[in-house]
Amino acid sequence: MSGHSTYQPKSGFSRWMDARLPVGRLVWDSFVDYPTPRNLNYWWTFGGILSLCLGVQIITGIVLAMHYTPSADHAFNSVEHIMRDVNYGWLIRYVHANGASMFFIAVYLHMLRGLYYGSYKAPREVLWILGCVIYGLMMATAFMGYVLPWGQMSFHGAVVITNLLGAFPVVGETITTLLWGGFAVDEPTLKRFFSLHYLLPFMIAGVVVLHVWALHVVGQNNPTGVDPKSKADTLPFTPYATVKDGFAMSVFLILFAIFVFYMPNALGHADNYIPANPLVTPAHIVPEWYFLPFYAILRAVPDKLMGVLAMFGAIGCLFALPWLDTSKVKSMRYRPQAQLYFVIFLVVCMVLGFCGAKLPADPVIPGLWSPKVFDAELNSFVWLSRFATLYYFAYFLVVMPVLGLTEKPRAVPETISSPVLGDADKKD
Amino acid sequence: MRRGNPYSRHGLLKKGVTHTNRSCHGTSTGRRDQKRGDLLAPPVYIPRANLQAAYPSLARHFEGDLQVADPAANAAHTGEDDPSRRDFIHIAAITAAAVGAGAVAWPFIAQMNPAADTLALASVEYDLSKIESGLQVTINWRGKPLFIRNRTPEQIAAAVADDGKGMPDPQADADRHKEGKANWLILIGSCTHLGCVPTVGGGEYGGWFCPCHGSVYDTSGRIRSGPAPKNLVVPEYAFLSDTKVKIG
Amino acid sequence: MLRKVTLIAAALVLVAGPAFASGKAEEPPKINFSFEGPFGTFDQAQLQRGYKVYREVCSACHSMNLLAFRNLGDRGGPFYDEKYSPKHGKTSNDNPYVKAIALDAQIADIDSETGDPIKRPGMPADHFPAPFPNAAAARASNGGALPPDLSLIAKAREGGPEYVVGIMRGYVTPPAGLKVPVGQHYNNHFPGSVSAGWDEKKQGHAPEGGFIAMAPPLKDGLVTFDDGKPSTVAQQSEDVAAFLMWAAEPKLEERKQMGAAVLVFLLIFSGLLYASYRRVWRNESH
Repeated sequence: MSGHSTYQPKSGFSRWMDARLPVGRLVWDSFVDYPTPRNLNYWWTFGGILSLCLGVQIITGIVLAMHYTPSADHAFNSVEHIMRDVNYGWLIRYVHANGASMFFIAVYLHMLRGLYYGSYKAPREVLWILGCVIYGLMMATAFMGYVLPWGQMSFHGAVVITNLLGAFPVVGETITTLLWGGFAVDEPTLKRFFSLHYLLPFMIAGVVVLHVWALHVVGQNNPTGVDPKSKADTLPFTPYATVKDGFAMSVFLILFAIFVFYMPNALGHADNYIPANPLVTPAHIVPEWYFLPFYAILRAVPDKLMGVLAMFGAIGCLFALPWLDTSKVKSMRYRPQAQLYFVIFLVVCMVLGFCGAKLPADPVIPGLWSPKVFDAELNSFVWLSRFATLYYFAYFLVVMPVLGLTEKPRAVPETISSPVLGDADKKD
Repeated sequence: MRRGNPYSRHGLLKKGVTHTNRSCHGTSTGRRDQKRGDLLAPPVYIPRANLQAAYPSLARHFEGDLQVADPAANAAHTGEDDPSRRDFIHIAAITAAAVGAGAVAWPFIAQMNPAADTLALASVEYDLSKIESGLQVTINWRGKPLFIRNRTPEQIAAAVADDGKGMPDPQADADRHKEGKANWLILIGSCTHLGCVPTVGGGEYGGWFCPCHGSVYDTSGRIRSGPAPKNLVVPEYAFLSDTKVKIG
Repeated sequence: MLRKVTLIAAALVLVAGPAFASGKAEEPPKINFSFEGPFGTFDQAQLQRGYKVYREVCSACHSMNLLAFRNLGDRGGPFYDEKYSPKHGKTSNDNPYVKAIALDAQIADIDSETGDPIKRPGMPADHFPAPFPNAAAARASNGGALPPDLSLIAKAREGGPEYVVGIMRGYVTPPAGLKVPVGQHYNNHFPGSVSAGWDEKKQGHAPEGGFIAMAPPLKDGLVTFDDGKPSTVAQQSEDVAAFLMWAAEPKLEERKQMGAAVLVFLLIFSGLLYASYRRVWRNESH
């Protein structure tokens, strides 16, 4: 952040360190005296919550790795050894498994905040892209982590996803064989997934450092979309944002605890408590809930390669967003038409997630007759996925570019403080 | 906070305020409207005099310098308004956080303690009726070799006779077996020098001999010569019956 | 507006979650097990009866490889006795019931002197012996079908312990016109397909359920319960289902108790943090 540092080392030791490696100054400038917009709402607490989730996952993961055996013969039983014999093993395992889901809940809310308030718009493009990179790394980590217990869903989910890469012409089969380390998902695949699953979170941590650095250069966005113009617009990060983030983390932990202690298997799948059997395919292969929308997009497209491209394209749209959105107004608070499209986008994402868990040919409304179009009846989840996928891409590729040029936004305030300190005499 | 903006572009700011020009939509994102350097420039500070005119309701914040949002400055004037760390509620919250952190830390430390299946094999019961007089059995206990030796009366007598003799680690033979069960000698079969497994019957006393560096133990498992500093260790054990012993 | 939509969306997600459809089968019966709910605990008497059913009926074909005899004496288990717990410096390995039950079992081992395979009496550290040495032998004795290991069955099936009860009770008379293949049995709670014995075009909508290779395992009076409870199929199935739930999730009681403590702490802690937040922000509008 531009502006000079206000750090004043008090003790002899802190002055000595400051002259050699100014860590104290860095912490002070970034997390104590750092000017934070005063009007941030609770949607801005998810950054802190995500850091908490990353820390929790890394610590529980390292501890689990002390007891886990990454071998096809022993992986399943080693996880059960953790659950039954290791002191508090059941707790650490459930925290890690549900922590992944909580991590994705938080990241989706964090991304939705970015979409709504225009946090991806200039000068925050790199910040947004770093965030998308973190999201991609999270998905890779979560996918590989789910394979490690070596249950039926672990194994067959790995088979389906690694087979997808075989869709690419010419190089597809070479890539899958390289990934498998053999002719199918087996022992070598499990071992390398364990190694990479251990590695990737530390890469995520590195990209998070870049993400926070990029954030601190340009400063936070805020609900008005108008950057701070004076000190009246900001407050020092500590104690104002610190205590608010702390409160939000505590509430988040309540939700986390409810899952871990009372519904630890609700977000998982019963089939993953069956040891992996390559010769028996489960009736329903379903990924974890956070992948369901992309799974629905994948299955919506009838062609294998095009489905894979559509799935990756859906994530790719996020990377391109800063250049797709032409609106000069950052925050959708002042863009009523955009709000409507955004709400529909939210519903569409939910619908895609719902469809991802269903059999494509099953009827949406049981018993309702509908004509057969192309390869399935209209009253089927695959057609619902297709319409939803259409809107998903249209939102990024059509609505975002066009709306910015044609909409009539509301007047944007001049500063953050003007709509806020207008009722300054009213206490919080 | 209100949705939309009750203040139009013309409403609040008076003339004379130094302010970067904005487009009709009033944002700082229009690339066409700003020079690139503007995006990297520090925020424009509205001079204090103009701010007071612009935001009359902020008057109470404007005592002293332009430290509008600096609570420490307020504290200098209003004292108790300072969100001081000394407030009880903050201390209570931080204390609760520390307690919570400690409670969370405990399972992560405890999980490194031996797991239940390891502890289940911490004790082993052995049927002694299979060991004839003069013979020894070696079993695996807690990952280490364990000697169970059925001593002959001559071996017991020789051990007792040596009780007062000079030896590196003096100990009476009676202290190394259970009362009334002098023939049963149970020892951890790990040489106290560097951990090799001594061979039974070797050495001049007929006790044990460690082939690695030549330590010699007598029929009570006491070190008599060689580099080992201590006698062979007697583990915790108890007789469940005349023929059954539980070790560990 | 945004908040409302998010809440609706969250509700939709929760609805979508459990909607994984399996093969068409009857819904599992609704039973109020003692371990259900946020304050649930295992009924030790029920676990003992359930263990007896497993031991006398199911263990003939079904292994339970993840359970050791010492687990029977663990906290929350069928033979837990506080006298033999870490509170009194002992472990479940010292529990006399556990030792007696272990001694009853014959465990495959190797003679340390000759190297020959032998069977020896069990000790608490041993795992439950499997009825067959490997999957091929299990299939050979069961007409090609593999009886699944029961250690996790209560978590490995949709519906959990209620599913187990449903299967036990699902051996109803097959509807008229249903041809049951040789070696199979009709069970209206088994999520399979009856298409092997029913022609939908000629006979109409297929009946629910499927063909299961396991013959009806339970009969009235098959297992005598030492506490005098009537030994009906319904009672046996509920008891064995409760036992299987304990086997799959032995830490259930500890988990729920810890959950109560954690949630109380977090609620208080959130309250303290909120008060702290309000105090910090009291002079600042935002």
